[in-house]
Amino acid sequence: MLGATAQVQSRKQSLGAQAILVLIALCAGCNQKTPDNKTFPFLQRYSSAPSEKTDLVKLEGEDGQWIMPAKNYASTRFSGLNQINTGNVKNLKVAWTFSTGSDRGEEAAPIVVNNTMYIVTPFPNTLYALDLTQPGAPAKWSYKPKDLNPSAKGVACCDWVNRGCVYANGKIFFNTLDGKTAAVNAQTGDEVWVAQVTDINRGESITMAPLVVKNKVLVGDSGGEFGVRGSLTALDTETGKQVWKAYNTGPDKDCLIGPNFHPFYDSDKGQDLGVKSWPPDLWKIGGGTVWGWISYDPALDLIYYGTANPGPWNPEQRPGDNKWTCGMFARKPDSGEAVWFYQWSPHDLYDHDGINELVLLDLPINGQTRKVLVRPERNGYVYVLDRTTGQVLSANPFAFITTSTGVDLKTGRLKPVQEKAPGFGRVTRMICPPAPGAKDWEPSAYSPITKLLYIPHANLCEDEEGVQANYIAGTPYVGANVKMYAGPGGNRGVFDAWDPVAGKKIWSIKENFPVWSGTVATAGNVVFYGTMDGWFKAIDARSGQLLWQFKCGSGIIGQPVTFLGPDGKQYVSILSGVGGWPGAIVPGQLDPRDGTAALGFVNAMGDLPKATTKGGMLYTFALP
Amino acid sequence: MKNRKDVVGCRLLVVAALIAALATSGCSSRQPKTDNRQRTQRVLRVCADPNNLPYSNEKQQGFENEIASLVARDLNARLAYTWWPQRRGFVRQTLRHGDCDVIMGIPSNFELALPTESYYRSSYVFVSRTDRRLGITSFDDPRLKKLRIGVQMIGNDHVNSPPAHALAKRGIIDNVAGYTVYGDYRSQEPGRDIVDAVAKGDVDIAVVWGPQAGYFARQQKVALDLVPVSPQIDLPFLPFVFDISMGVRRGDTALREQLDREIEKRHDDIERILDKYGVPRV
Repeated sequence: MLGATAQVQSRKQSLGAQAILVLIALCAGCNQKTPDNKTFPFLQRYSSAPSEKTDLVKLEGEDGQWIMPAKNYASTRFSGLNQINTGNVKNLKVAWTFSTGSDRGEEAAPIVVNNTMYIVTPFPNTLYALDLTQPGAPAKWSYKPKDLNPSAKGVACCDWVNRGCVYANGKIFFNTLDGKTAAVNAQTGDEVWVAQVTDINRGESITMAPLVVKNKVLVGDSGGEFGVRGSLTALDTETGKQVWKAYNTGPDKDCLIGPNFHPFYDSDKGQDLGVKSWPPDLWKIGGGTVWGWISYDPALDLIYYGTANPGPWNPEQRPGDNKWTCGMFARKPDSGEAVWFYQWSPHDLYDHDGINELVLLDLPINGQTRKVLVRPERNGYVYVLDRTTGQVLSANPFAFITTSTGVDLKTGRLKPVQEKAPGFGRVTRMICPPAPGAKDWEPSAYSPITKLLYIPHANLCEDEEGVQANYIAGTPYVGANVKMYAGPGGNRGVFDAWDPVAGKKIWSIKENFPVWSGTVATAGNVVFYGTMDGWFKAIDARSGQLLWQFKCGSGIIGQPVTFLGPDGKQYVSILSGVGGWPGAIVPGQLDPRDGTAALGFVNAMGDLPKATTKGGMLYTFALP
Repeated sequence: MKNRKDVVGCRLLVVAALIAALATSGCSSRQPKTDNRQRTQRVLRVCADPNNLPYSNEKQQGFENEIASLVARDLNARLAYTWWPQRRGFVRQTLRHGDCDVIMGIPSNFELALPTESYYRSSYVFVSRTDRRLGITSFDDPRLKKLRIGVQMIGNDHVNSPPAHALAKRGIIDNVAGYTVYGDYRSQEPGRDIVDAVAKGDVDIAVVWGPQAGYFARQQKVALDLVPVSPQIDLPFLPFVFDISMGVRRGDTALREQLDREIEKRHDDIERILDKYGVPRV
């Protein structure tokens, strides 16, 4: 594929320049494995990195800044800022805007550090730095990753999205769709290092936002549909060198499972379950990628992240629990060693990637304060787990579910409904939630003031009926004909306020389209989210009442953030730019008559092109 | 497992990249519209995978490349390629995007494009070493419960390759070795690993789509037997035999008609090309 890479570049560059570029980029990749810089003298120009160690635990608590997409390690996406509140939010006005120049889905959270805002675009993943000290926040610099492999666009499953960048140690870290992680000097925009983390030639792309913990950049892969083997990699923040890599399928030693691994439930105990819970060798192409969110508890010194669906499709081909897919790991960040695991959906039947956000809270459960993690999961339940042990304390449905009847709290296992199991050539109707789940990657927020979790999500079902001809890589086959549609009530989206202690919904807003944006909660008792037809909304955190809304240029699937400008004023920012899996019909110009496009999602989204048009734009709002 | 390239491998990669850059820099661009020659000469714009032998590659060494050249000559057209990996979104990003006008091979009942008349029909085949004398012709052969079987798998999307479904349905699971349909795209021949596995004895038998099996079987040092699978359609509806057409954009009936005439007129030449690449037909 290198040839094709070079060919596309050749449009822009002379042959010589192009060859040198390829060389430089490849050598940057080599450097992480061969620290001998003398071999490649041009590497010297990358070595001017600032390397002060940031105390991220302190920095994440500063409400003036927003240094990682989840706001903080606990992933609450809560800001203590209260200048904008329920009383005055109706006066919110656009302060300034910035065009990303992209027409693909904008899923990223902008981040704000040292009076600079950083945004990363969809592929080709340009990083922009905007100067907040200047009127209109003009761009200070942009960094364009070099030698991107254009075949990444053919690999990415669901639009060419990127979910954001993160700040640490004077650098901005982000991932590129073609499987690399880049570290860029936050002040100058100079490249510090680029590491090839996954292999796009094997179908491994990257869409997730990395997390930096204890001077390690944590990066996971995407690409379950290619039969890749999921993994999480830790890179050194200063050099980009791999510190550890933990696979999510295969032998214990590959999964960094050792003597300190103590899962709560018996079904997760035993040797080499990442091999034994599969037919022989199938774990090698077993999926379990890590394209969602990672949280960190500094006191317990544990990172938490979910694993995606198992592969291959056709559950009959992979009898067993298919460890460690569709679950979550707690690991030590220094060594990567696993401490516990819990599986949301053993032997997943529905492509229910278990990668959603994990919100770390201390909640009163049965009269005791427990260290928990709260997880609104694709399969339709809000889980509350003890984050020290992995025990499920509660799992209550927040969406319409036909595929299971609950979670057995004794065994921890999901109770599936056999009649809803899809099978080749079989007609299965009303599969709820469908493949994208009751809730996909779009992260929720928790307010310690209202003690509510705000969950943006979807209300969808799907039918599998009949088959249709298809082909990939020259190989013809017939596949299931999948069509998604709105669940009960007819609204495709929902924005819920959820009490995680009582395990019940407090209020709920119906949205026409699936809610595919993240959300932020503030001490002003306002929560913000966006809709796929472009409305950016402010909601009263207690009552659910709509307080203010603004129509952005394109549909919103991004993540709102709030921060203090150099003028001491509170600002709120959101990227608009429709796309992603449900929105691919707009930038991808899919045919609304072809309901099975975008894996059946187009059937549910045929009216979206009439409701919005493509185009990436950052909007920043402030009080007058 | 992918991050442990050694120094030598990395340098080789650098050299390979340089060679590839040199070799391909002269190829046609993705947007032939901007080419001035278009005014004077017709351009046949083909959407193809740059690295998917035996079908196509960017050195134009595949049978689809040869057939495209043949058609272009007859139409007095210059051939221009839009290269794109043939994966999910291929039709959308190429043909439907308007960058090119014809895909040289699609299943004849594929709904995302307008098919021409089919120009060959092939089948999934059992591939085994001739010296093993297995003679297996059916998925119902009881020996398949014991032999080690190579099958191509698809990651998700509610589908899998037809033999994967057929074997799973018969409870043949533990003795199946999975290969990805995509192969390793770094390789010059991503599709050959499953056929190599038969030749090397890693698996006793494999089930592979005909053109891929035929082409890579010829390149082995040991003789391989290729036997079309039966049944041709597994119940309730799992076909192993597919008609293959060229595909144009929906609505582009003018080009389809021209291609239909070509397929008829050049029937013998197309057959000759398919023979040359070892494509088994049924």
